[in-house]
Amino acid sequence: MSGSGPVAPVVTPLVTPVGARTHWEVGGPPPAGAGEVRAPVGVIAYEPADMTITVGAGTSFDTVDGVLAEHNQECALDPRSRAATIGGILACGLSGVRRLRHGPVRDHVLEVRFETGDGRLVKGGGPTVKNVTGYDIPRLFVGSLGTIGVLQQATLRCRPRPARARWFTSTEPTSTYRASARVWDGRREMVLFEGVDADVDVQGHGLREVEHGPELPDGPHRGRISVAPGRVSGCTGALGDRVRWRAELGVGTVHVAADEEDALVYARSVAHAHGGWMLREAGGPADDDGFGCPLPNAPVMRRVKEAFDPEWRLNPRRLPLRAS
Amino acid sequence: MTLVGSIPRIAHSDAVDDQLLGQLLGELLGHLVADLRAAVGPGRASVEPLELALYARDAGVAVGRAVAVCFPESTDEVAAAVRVARRHGRPFVARGSGTGLAGGATPLDDPVVIVTTQMNRVLEVDAEARVAWVEPGVLNLDLTRAVSHLGLHYAPDPSSQQACTIGGNVGTNAGGPHCLADGVTSAHVLAVDVVLADGTATRLGGLEPDAPGYDLRGCFVGSEGTMGIATGVAVHLTPDPPCVATMLCAFDGFEAAAATVSGVIAAGVLPAALEMMDARITRAVEDFVGAGYPRDAQAVLLAEVDGFEGGVAEQVEAITAIARANGAILVRVAADAAERALLWKGRKSAFGAIARIAPDYYLHDAVVPRTKLVDVLRRVYEIADAHGLIVMNVFHAGDGNLHPLLVFDGRDPGVWDRVYAAGTEILDACLAAGGVLTGEHGVGIEKRDLMGRMFSPDDLDAQARLRDAFDPDGVANPQKVLPRGSRCGELQRVPEGTWI
Repeated sequence: MSGSGPVAPVVTPLVTPVGARTHWEVGGPPPAGAGEVRAPVGVIAYEPADMTITVGAGTSFDTVDGVLAEHNQECALDPRSRAATIGGILACGLSGVRRLRHGPVRDHVLEVRFETGDGRLVKGGGPTVKNVTGYDIPRLFVGSLGTIGVLQQATLRCRPRPARARWFTSTEPTSTYRASARVWDGRREMVLFEGVDADVDVQGHGLREVEHGPELPDGPHRGRISVAPGRVSGCTGALGDRVRWRAELGVGTVHVAADEEDALVYARSVAHAHGGWMLREAGGPADDDGFGCPLPNAPVMRRVKEAFDPEWRLNPRRLPLRAS
Repeated sequence: MTLVGSIPRIAHSDAVDDQLLGQLLGELLGHLVADLRAAVGPGRASVEPLELALYARDAGVAVGRAVAVCFPESTDEVAAAVRVARRHGRPFVARGSGTGLAGGATPLDDPVVIVTTQMNRVLEVDAEARVAWVEPGVLNLDLTRAVSHLGLHYAPDPSSQQACTIGGNVGTNAGGPHCLADGVTSAHVLAVDVVLADGTATRLGGLEPDAPGYDLRGCFVGSEGTMGIATGVAVHLTPDPPCVATMLCAFDGFEAAAATVSGVIAAGVLPAALEMMDARITRAVEDFVGAGYPRDAQAVLLAEVDGFEGGVAEQVEAITAIARANGAILVRVAADAAERALLWKGRKSAFGAIARIAPDYYLHDAVVPRTKLVDVLRRVYEIADAHGLIVMNVFHAGDGNLHPLLVFDGRDPGVWDRVYAAGTEILDACLAAGGVLTGEHGVGIEKRDLMGRMFSPDDLDAQARLRDAFDPDGVANPQKVLPRGSRCGELQRVPEGTWI
């Protein structure tokens, strides 16, 4: 480098938001040498009678759940690990098994505040349980994998904790009015009923009550398949015993895990053959982009990315999108 | 020349011969309508002033002007119509039944209005997966009727559900009484087939639970036609509950009714619907349809709980106890389906009943935290009094979604100024209580220039950029949702609080 040469280009530092690293392998790799950014921790506002809670994005689900439990409420995000932060849960957008009744992660988020790639603090949505003022930026944020902003805080919708929640098993498909979760393992269905005692009793009548809910498959290589609910049985039939799997009936999520990388590659091919796709959650082929399929409407998504992060500073490879 | 008058974009210069200009414009419009007819079929596009007048506004108060209107019958025809509009340098506005109250379908910038009401088929129903594919012009209530024999219904139920379309519901992310427990439109839309602003057709979302990448479906729902036109919608259907109880609770003051609402929510009871009507609207409705509401009540609550028998009974008991503790003068549970239907008929006829009070009304839509209902309602009455206006309240109390209704005679000199002033003060009072500008009607043009009261310049800039990501040229329903000056590059600012 000589003093008279051209001025070195300004290197824009890359940024990767970090929560509890419980979903760290979801999507493509974090940028090498990126600055790690952590979000504020703590409950900012909680009004039990409004059934809304505003928390710093770095707050763990465990903490939030504990605070809500004091008022007999909950937020049905159901992350795989209770150590997961709210920011991580929203960024990954991975819904829990009670989605059948309580909706996906995106339905629980009322307001988000995040810092964009060009350093602006942006608020989207609003603090009330119903709101259509402006575009639905909270839903855009959910599942964006830290590529459009670093979440600072979020307002979540809460609900009364059910008086009772019981898992039952059945070898036949269950009556499905208001089941909270239905998980199929190929031989039997496990179904969760929530509500007052009488409701749980009515729904569980004739079924065998079990102490614990289903364990989702685990292993060094993990993913979740999304297929139309009507295609779950075909999909799981094809998976057979090549991978460990559990399927959410009525939803279309199939959780898969394996000891070998190849098995996950096979699971992905099954997902594609059934009109769906598979998101890698952990392990998998080292050179994998995490999605294994081109993003639909990539030109629009690229412009969305650049709307919030014009210089591609935020997790540039977490999503399989490239700058134009 | 009427044609000249209808196209203000072309500068009217003294140096140009009026007759020549008229001929020129007539030819241009002739080409436009000919191309539209080629795109959507003969007889399904028009530039006739009488027909255009029908599409100059929606159910809101803002009046615009369409340069042409067309009625496509398929996604391909919508795409072709968009391309014709673009080729002629025109923006376009998607429109369903035009029941929106915020001017979202009001044509601005001389657009082609693309009406989707001819696309009104329920294409496919999968009862087991509880999914229906419908065209955007299907009426909300028709969808529920089409699946009711399967024990299913479409949950979002706006008061206009007999007339409003699913496409319009997607545009505004519409709500309704039963959205309290079930969520608004966005929670029920799985996928949307859309025609984007460049005339290409694509699908956002899908029947699979998660779509890879950004939730463009979630962005599109509620974007009020500014991100493209919905030409097909996959909706989630909700199973009919095995047991329903509809309750009527009457109070001798609105404070007691509002306190009951807050008490029910705080007690962890989650009704399917929880609606409130004040004394004026209750009497107007009773005169109109005879729904069985007590005429001497100062406020009435309609509460509906559903589910299994045991849970329903417990919730009825809990709501009864809370209502009594707040001094309810009457608590009644509908004895049968007929009485239940009558109670709901009253609620859903509220806006029709108002014609008996005064010739004009202005309906507002805002949301406040449920704990603030008493304070905000009191402010609403004070504000209306101060402006010499009558206000009636009929609203989705369970989720804090207020609908203050200012009734007046538009022929009174200066009354519109008072209506606008009172409306702005009411919205400000809602915002000050931690609320938002709109809960289900949308921003449209009505609240566009109030967005700055809720969002910072950076917030609005982010929304403008998001909109541009879908529609880089700003041709899909221009001038809606975001005020001028939302983009940081734009210097012009509309004075705060400007009403259209």
